[in-house]
Amino acid sequence: MAANPKPDTRLLAALASGAKLSKLQLAGLALALAGALALPWFVSDYRTFQYTLAIIYAVAVLGLNILTGYNGQFSLGHGAFYAIGAYTAAIMMEQGGMAYYWTIPAAGLACLVAGFLFGLPALRLEGLYLALATFALSVATPQLLKYNAIAPWTGGVQGVTIIKPDPPFGLPVSQDQWLYYFSLAVMLVMFVCAWNLLRGRTGRALKAIRDNPIAASAMGVNTALYKSLTFGVSALYTGVAGALGAIAIQFVAPDSFNFFLSVTFLVGVVIGGLASIPGAVFGGVVIVFIPNFAEQVSKAAPWAIYGMFLILFMYFMPTGIWGFIRLLYARFTRRRRAG
Amino acid sequence: MKFHKRLLVGAAAAAFALGAGTAGAAKMYGPGVTDTEIKIGHINPYSGPASAYGTIGKGIAAYWKMVNDKGGINGRKIDFISLDDGYSPPKTVEQARKLVEQEQVLLIFQSLGTPTNTAIHKYMNAKKTPQLFVATGAGKWGDPKHFPWTMGWQPPYPAEAKVYAAYLLKNKPNAKVGILYQNDDYGKDYLHGFIAGLGSKAKKMVVAQESYEVTDPTIDSQIIKLKDSGADTFFNITTPKFAAQAIRKAYDSGWKPLQFLNNVSQSVGGVLKPAGLDKSVGLITAVYIKEATDPQWQNDEDMKAWNAWMDKYLPGADKTSSFYTYAYAVGYTMEQVLKGAGDNLTRKNIMKVASHLKHLKVPLLLPGVDVNTSPTDFYPIQCEQLSKFDGEKWQRFGNVICPK
Repeated sequence: MAANPKPDTRLLAALASGAKLSKLQLAGLALALAGALALPWFVSDYRTFQYTLAIIYAVAVLGLNILTGYNGQFSLGHGAFYAIGAYTAAIMMEQGGMAYYWTIPAAGLACLVAGFLFGLPALRLEGLYLALATFALSVATPQLLKYNAIAPWTGGVQGVTIIKPDPPFGLPVSQDQWLYYFSLAVMLVMFVCAWNLLRGRTGRALKAIRDNPIAASAMGVNTALYKSLTFGVSALYTGVAGALGAIAIQFVAPDSFNFFLSVTFLVGVVIGGLASIPGAVFGGVVIVFIPNFAEQVSKAAPWAIYGMFLILFMYFMPTGIWGFIRLLYARFTRRRRAG
Repeated sequence: MKFHKRLLVGAAAAAFALGAGTAGAAKMYGPGVTDTEIKIGHINPYSGPASAYGTIGKGIAAYWKMVNDKGGINGRKIDFISLDDGYSPPKTVEQARKLVEQEQVLLIFQSLGTPTNTAIHKYMNAKKTPQLFVATGAGKWGDPKHFPWTMGWQPPYPAEAKVYAAYLLKNKPNAKVGILYQNDDYGKDYLHGFIAGLGSKAKKMVVAQESYEVTDPTIDSQIIKLKDSGADTFFNITTPKFAAQAIRKAYDSGWKPLQFLNNVSQSVGGVLKPAGLDKSVGLITAVYIKEATDPQWQNDEDMKAWNAWMDKYLPGADKTSSFYTYAYAVGYTMEQVLKGAGDNLTRKNIMKVASHLKHLKVPLLLPGVDVNTSPTDFYPIQCEQLSKFDGEKWQRFGNVICPK
């Protein structure tokens, strides 16, 4: 470390841009992974199920983070893509009799197309206007899912019930543990892909569009294409999460995908940390555990407690949990420049 | 060696303890039960789009408070754990798993909503945990062959439809019936129940069926079609907003059929007033529970007890809300099942008791409406009485009808 003049700033820059990993980061990553692998053996099946949900939401949050954090486009409609992913999985499993693992790429593909197509008209909308357009998408979703013409596949209001997958090869793990590991594996693949995508040329282009779209296009970035592709990729992530969610919950119904789900993703993005990949994990954990904790604190007004948490988070960790951790690390090494 | 000795002593002590345990075990306990306590789970939307139903949860909690104040059930206090699912099925799954796996409740009681209960239907049965007296009128909760751990409580929609069918067969066997129904599970439950109730005469009697989507702005064209079909009887299977529209349109178009209105939309303030009270005269619906606002129950013993309970445990609560009478009656039913199980409080025995209720008189249910179940009949309340609207309020008439 001493040989390096300013390792921490470089590290921070590396963290921010998602470039090559340092030894410390690798060690932290290995530790986190070991912890994640060991976790199901120390907690009950019910807790494992909750952590599985957190993993699933983390993938969805990462999807929205690519769009909002890296590319600066707002979406209040990602619940709709989550629903498309979930229904793709449910219909493939129940009607098509296909294995659960095939539904993941299919859901991702379906959402990539849906997201890209929705991204095209959305190109003309900026900031708040895009937020409103996507809001329309998410409020319409539950009613569209109930639409009668597609009821033979979607099951209408009744929804679709899915059978929980058994662990393969006679592995000595419970169904919940297996689902946890399966989701964890999917999450790792998705995270590595995101890291690859965002640390290079593409990531810089996305951020350039976010920070100054005119300058970006002046530098030769195809703004329109990048924006709609980002929408598609973001939807892909959320769709994969939706498929995983359907398998974990074993049930999809229109009422599962209301507007609040979309807001929840946004909460996860902001609290986890905007424009940060590890932040998505914290986002997923927050989505699952903060409402439960709020309910434990007060049964009468859990949402008031929830709201209070959000305000506290924003006040004390304005850059999200991951931003806070980075800040702590910088303070700890005491080499951060003033200001 | 020393270690071995210790182990032996320990093993002997453990064996003795176990032996003592089985020796005194005339009592059989499932999860969540001790000598002093029974843990019951409950899932209700306290937040979200259906949070109006949160009132039922508060009512039931107050009911258990009263039971506990009176010394509990066979000396055991009820530990009532009520969780919020916001009417969101994934959350219901999470909360049900929390109750069953973490809190280790004996059973889940009165979980509310059709999509939410559907989400945990398979889970509860796989876990062999009672999902008792669910708060939804769908017909699918009485399927003991495939789901022996799930049971409804209120009259299921198909049974209510059969009550109307029975009345028609008896009093107007040559009726020409036009049906308007909401195109979803709820509407079809009523429709199929009605047609099954008419039996072989259904083909001849039902002359027209029209459906609408919840997203439709109006149902005017459907009403016109029904009128033009020559129907002289109208079965109105609609939710409140559409019910009001249908009643008004039928009247304004000059169609004067005999009208049946499903129980879902019988609210005077919410449906009949907007439709026009004068236009609602003669509507027929089915009821099974006493209305707290009905003056004829003023001196009714059950209603007096209910009023005292409201004053003591829910001071200031709105007494005109039917959710509180509902909560009281369903709470009583659960209490009787737990009482009937005595000291054999296993999940299996709870279902056994719940499926052997014979002519159980539940307070606040109408006279003649009682709770009956059997291992093949998981519909506790099926009998209802018809009620006619006189321009001001519902007037019950005729006998209580129990569809087969």
